[in-house]
Amino acid sequence: MPLAFSWADFGQQVTSGLAAGAIYASVALALVLIYRSTDVVNFAQGEMATFTTYIAWSLMHHGLSYWPAFVLTLLIAFGGGVGVERLLIRPVERRPEIVIVIVTIGLLIALNGLTGWIWGPEVKAFDSPFPNNTVDVGGVVISVQDIGTFCVCLATVLVVWAFFRFTTVGLAMRAVAVNPDASRLMGVRVGWMLALGWGLAAVLGAVAGMMAAPTVFLDPDMMLVILIYAFAAAVLGGIDSPVGAVVGGLVLGVVINLLGRYVNFVGQELRLPSALALLLLVLLIRPSGLFGRVAVRRV
Amino acid sequence: MPRVWILPAVRAAVLAGAVVLIAFLPRLVSEFRVSQFTYVGIYFIALLGLNILTGYNGQISLGHAAFMAIGGYTAAALILGRPGFELLGQHPSHLLPDSAMRPVFAIPIAGAVTGLIGYLLGIPALRLAGVSLALATFALAVSLPSIAKHFEHLTGGGGGLSLPLAKTPFGLDVSTSHWLYYEAWVCAAVLFVVAWILVRGRVGRGWRAIRDGEVAAVSSGVSPAVYKTLAFGVSAAFAGVAGALFVIQVSYINPDTFPLSLSILLLASVVVGGLGSLSGVVVGALVLEFLPIYAQQPPLVHVNLAKQASPVTFGVVLILIVVLMPGGAAGLLRLLARPLALLGKQR
Repeated sequence: MPLAFSWADFGQQVTSGLAAGAIYASVALALVLIYRSTDVVNFAQGEMATFTTYIAWSLMHHGLSYWPAFVLTLLIAFGGGVGVERLLIRPVERRPEIVIVIVTIGLLIALNGLTGWIWGPEVKAFDSPFPNNTVDVGGVVISVQDIGTFCVCLATVLVVWAFFRFTTVGLAMRAVAVNPDASRLMGVRVGWMLALGWGLAAVLGAVAGMMAAPTVFLDPDMMLVILIYAFAAAVLGGIDSPVGAVVGGLVLGVVINLLGRYVNFVGQELRLPSALALLLLVLLIRPSGLFGRVAVRRV
Repeated sequence: MPRVWILPAVRAAVLAGAVVLIAFLPRLVSEFRVSQFTYVGIYFIALLGLNILTGYNGQISLGHAAFMAIGGYTAAALILGRPGFELLGQHPSHLLPDSAMRPVFAIPIAGAVTGLIGYLLGIPALRLAGVSLALATFALAVSLPSIAKHFEHLTGGGGGLSLPLAKTPFGLDVSTSHWLYYEAWVCAAVLFVVAWILVRGRVGRGWRAIRDGEVAAVSSGVSPAVYKTLAFGVSAAFAGVAGALFVIQVSYINPDTFPLSLSILLLASVVVGGLGSLSGVVVGALVLEFLPIYAQQPPLVHVNLAKQASPVTFGVVLILIVVLMPGGAAGLLRLLARPLALLGKQR
């Protein structure tokens, strides 16, 4: 039901939208990283994130405290991402796009089943590193959980950005994304750079999973809707633009929250469809997304 | 003389054998098996449609369960009509027909309605190539349950719609499960012929030309807009018929009857059967129905695996097939038939 409009309420919707948006942005960035290097959308991104989040749950369940478990999970996720590229994607690298897409879909199905097999289908609670209270900023009540989620996700994004911008390996990875053949001639090990990209994407996904789990709770399908929003964010920003993915994620998080709150017809139920309708509209007007390069086809 | 007739003759013999086997199968197996093979027929229809879109036209759809749901809901609404809704204690929408309809007539209408919706959805999809299209159809499949819940007066909301139990119509002397079996397989046979005619002729050539090189197709005068939307429409119509048959078979539909996982498994089964092959589709349909059962309790070994073993097997099999055997089951068959083809070419 629409309530009387108040700025405090509006502020609250925006901040909680930003926290959700930061999670979408991380997964969207992971998708873009893989898309830029391997030219394929990784449909298993969400399931990879769920799997690593379950690993974090197990680590904590066996007595590790939060932050050591967090770091260890990121290392495992990195190894897993590299492993997936080497074992599954490498053999089909030069095959048509549809083949690679289907490999990632196979991975999605298998990982989803494996998660349910190992940890059971029931919903689990996941600890949060942040206290369960709120702060009052000029009348706007913000939960510490939201602030923490936003900061951790954005910090990860910044670290990834700095890695690409300031390190030699990052430079090599960007070179591979632009022109693999020329990079190979310059002595860049293209195969390993691709694997590294998958590893980093898995790390971003793991961070998003661990940040999302305390609020959406841990179950084998928890990343499904998040993955859809992340796809939407990535396409909205332009699937080949990292900045676009982050901006798209944050914008989407806020817009969905505001739509659900203030547009009566949308409510809770139609949030996802209306977000997707919005996305379709953007694509029809600007097929390359807001920040994407306009692809020119060579005939 | 080259013996060119050998391969077509073998093909015709296999097809005739398949028709005879399908016709007499209900006499050979138990009632329970008959219902399982009914599902095989239903999946066969849906996979035929998906193979037209993905295999012949190269457009990836991750949302075919959504089209099945549209067909299923259309059939359910027609079969119930406004009186049926009132009987269930629901408030019917004014769009519904005044009287109930026989399931036999509801099936083609459900197919036509779904085909029209698919055709219309194909128009914005024209601007989305490859991956974006997969995403858009994926999004359709994800959002359909919440849309179905929202329009309660047409769909019964989250509680779903219960249909009257299926009965053999026209006073025929056949048991209900056998009737449903033949209903599904007659639809399957008709649609198989339709698909075969489409794929062999001018339309199929256009589809394949666009799949293999859109620029080349355009310069040869094949309009991608016309052929791609047509593929979308035909494919959706097939899925709609499958959805209608499914709903009639289970006498019930709710937003979770056609889950997202079904969309994903449909695409996986098409690949397992073989992209761009109509005969491979039957293998895909068998795999889709029986793999979940046998993955849980593998034959020959006495182990009972968890329910989740089936998706794991499905995923692993899917990856192995695209990596090792890109043609799927149909590719394997073609490989086995190669000696015959060579025999035909000999003088």
